[in-house]
Amino acid sequence: MIRLVRRPAPSRFWAALSPLLAVALTMAVGAAMFAALGSDPLVALRTIFWEPIFGEFAWYFRGQLLVKAAPLILIAVGLAMGFRAGVWNIGAEGQYIIGAICGAAAGLALYPAETRLIFPLMVAAGALGGFLWAMIPAFLKVRFGTNEILVSLMLVYVAENLLASAAVSWLRNPESVGFPGSRNLSRWASSANPELFANTGVHWGVVAALIAVILGHVMLTRHLMGFHIRLAGSAPRAARFAGMVPGRMVVFCLGIAGVLAGMAGLFEVTGPAGQISIDFGSGYGFTAIIVAFLGRLNPLGIVAAGLLMALTYVGGDNAASNLGLPVAAISAFQGMLLFFLLAVDVLTNFRIQIGRGAVA
Amino acid sequence: MSELLELNGLTKAYPGVVANDDVSFSIARGGIHALLGENGAGKSTLVKTVYGLVKPDAGTMRLNGSDYAPADPRAARASGVAMVFQHFSLFEALSVAENVGLGMENPPGPRDLGRRIWEVSHAYGLPLDPERRVGGLSAGERQRVEIVRCLLQDPKLLIMDEPTSVLTPQEVEVLFATLRKLAREGTSILYISHKLEEIRALCDAATILRGGRVVGECDPREVSAGELAERMVGETLTAPKSRNASVGDVVLDVAKLNLPPVSKFGAALRDVSISVRAGEVLGIGGVAGNGQDELLTALSGERLAPAGTIRLEGTDISRARPTARRRAGLLCAPEERLGHAAAPDMSLTENAALTGTVRKRLTRNGFLDWRRTRDFAQEVIDAFDVRTPGPQAAARSLSGGNLQKFVIGREVLQGPRVLVVNQPTWGVDAAAAAAIRQALMDLASQGAGIVVISQDLEELMEISDRFAALNEGRLSASVPTADLTMERIGLMLGGAHDLEAADA
Repeated sequence: MIRLVRRPAPSRFWAALSPLLAVALTMAVGAAMFAALGSDPLVALRTIFWEPIFGEFAWYFRGQLLVKAAPLILIAVGLAMGFRAGVWNIGAEGQYIIGAICGAAAGLALYPAETRLIFPLMVAAGALGGFLWAMIPAFLKVRFGTNEILVSLMLVYVAENLLASAAVSWLRNPESVGFPGSRNLSRWASSANPELFANTGVHWGVVAALIAVILGHVMLTRHLMGFHIRLAGSAPRAARFAGMVPGRMVVFCLGIAGVLAGMAGLFEVTGPAGQISIDFGSGYGFTAIIVAFLGRLNPLGIVAAGLLMALTYVGGDNAASNLGLPVAAISAFQGMLLFFLLAVDVLTNFRIQIGRGAVA
Repeated sequence: MSELLELNGLTKAYPGVVANDDVSFSIARGGIHALLGENGAGKSTLVKTVYGLVKPDAGTMRLNGSDYAPADPRAARASGVAMVFQHFSLFEALSVAENVGLGMENPPGPRDLGRRIWEVSHAYGLPLDPERRVGGLSAGERQRVEIVRCLLQDPKLLIMDEPTSVLTPQEVEVLFATLRKLAREGTSILYISHKLEEIRALCDAATILRGGRVVGECDPREVSAGELAERMVGETLTAPKSRNASVGDVVLDVAKLNLPPVSKFGAALRDVSISVRAGEVLGIGGVAGNGQDELLTALSGERLAPAGTIRLEGTDISRARPTARRRAGLLCAPEERLGHAAAPDMSLTENAALTGTVRKRLTRNGFLDWRRTRDFAQEVIDAFDVRTPGPQAAARSLSGGNLQKFVIGREVLQGPRVLVVNQPTWGVDAAAAAAIRQALMDLASQGAGIVVISQDLEELMEISDRFAALNEGRLSASVPTADLTMERIGLMLGGAHDLEAADA
């Protein structure tokens, strides 16, 4: 008989090792899936994980890595705060979209003025948009006890519809002839979020992600608020006893995730994406959930997890175009990563006992 | 021969600990035999061995003169051994009769079963209505269901594990009358407890376990409770020193506090009024679930109270949050150590920050000073003799007694004006319990007001100056402890309904 026996204290060894084991298991099962789809599994893994970093076109892919990783990391750091405290914001994708719309709208309202103040104003507007969108589930939860998982998730679909209407009507580029989509923000000097160093992929979003990681780490380890966040997740009753006010915690966690997701949306719409378009929402808000857990809800871990996830995006695109693997297979591959991570995570607090255990 | 059960050299080891080490004793037919020991002395392992839940590594048992080695509890029951556990295993949604039937090997038909439950329960002074749902029964009545279930199997040996921890004094009297009647009829009883006065009142033989070994056998009627305690603990216990009785102004004043229950198993607080003076210990007794949790969370600030109901040294703190109340000088230590008073997975340093940030100035501009926090944790560990590798140890790695010393010490060392503790020595070994009580009394003699909420009446008698009873969310008026008898306390605790002692 196989049983799980609770460890007296969480195992540091397994806490550190489990993400690596999850990655290994994902590769193994992923390879089997690619084989079943008719690709050589070793070639597929090589195409996804090796070529973007060391292959012939690595000079292009490496920049893409940071471009993809930045929004994931920025959003995941915010989400991790909530997940630590037991506030389940599943709607970062919506906050990301609304942040982009609000930031873009603030900028386009001033078009075609030429001043350096416009970009910071847009960043603030994007952060505010994401924040307000996240305050909807926060308010409903605190005031009426609704489930923030459902409300935040449903609001993603509302945000997607707002995005579609913005792209085809009220933010549509008046100079385009019937094409949906806003003016190109990355080509307007006042609003552009350019690559700061050539061929590195570093734009303002990467800088913001770095700052968020550092501030998030300091807050969780040194600040009383971060202590209460960890306490709320680890022992909710003890947290209330310590003086944590549950309603304020919900507002804080959703708020900070909304701000960061909104900023991520703004950096994306002014840089890599360039414009508000119907398909602007690319799933970063959902993938960031995986990144947050893969990084063990720890800002420093999230950096590594974000880069790894970006690699599966970039490498997955590479595999899709070069090997003809379906895009859905790449999504399944990313999903496996979260699945195995959560499964292996059990080993941190439990050990496996084989054979008949003694009755305590 | 008069021995029912003989244990010979029973030994059972778990990784890292020998739970039973060469344990031998015998239980007389019709005797009430006490098994006495602190937490971790090996009582549970021993009775689980007798009940077929644990297989010994070595040693033998003889029941009624023949070899006895039950493979499982079913075999034990078939041999005539029955057990009433400390934690009941009853289905709340089912009736008394259905619950009894589920625990029997060959239950009779429903009508027959109901009639037999009625007969047996009334014959032994434990009246039960077979049709009632268990969910609506009190703890004492639930215990009767368990006992009646055992009695229907006509046991030769009845094992009772800490049966009185959930009972009022009157219910305890009824239980004792039942057990004495059973013993007179020839049933042997193995009675597990750490309440010494009870054992002296009930049992005619006692085996004392310490560290898995038998350290003494005696007739508990002939030795003093103090002597029993010392043999159980293995060291001389000092009774709390009396303290100067100078009592100051009222520090905590609760006036007509009403609050709905925390959960559907709790009780609403109704018109609760409390007045505690500086230097005074107020004991609040009562059976669990009568509003203890509600009272503590209302005082700690986890739940806010209606304005004007709670005053600390004259200031209304009813609407203040926990942190503000701590700043004002009202500190609390909840009953549940793991998950309420302390975060199990966090270190003792982090747990020191849980309540200590305001009064111990552990933060600067909202940032925690981990070095000072660690020093504070170490201070608690040193002052309260908390046995642990150090402040970095996770709270859940500590034993119950050590963690409780840490939790109480953390509050005491913050120098509160008023300290409220719920069940300060629940599940704590005797030496730690004595240390905790002494710390509370020392704090009172330094001029703090203390409120001790406890189910342990002996404890309340020992340390409190005044006593009040909490029953269904109502708090009785407080009376000086010196004027009280156990009889009077029992009446104050209420719950004196449908009790009839077995005809003795």
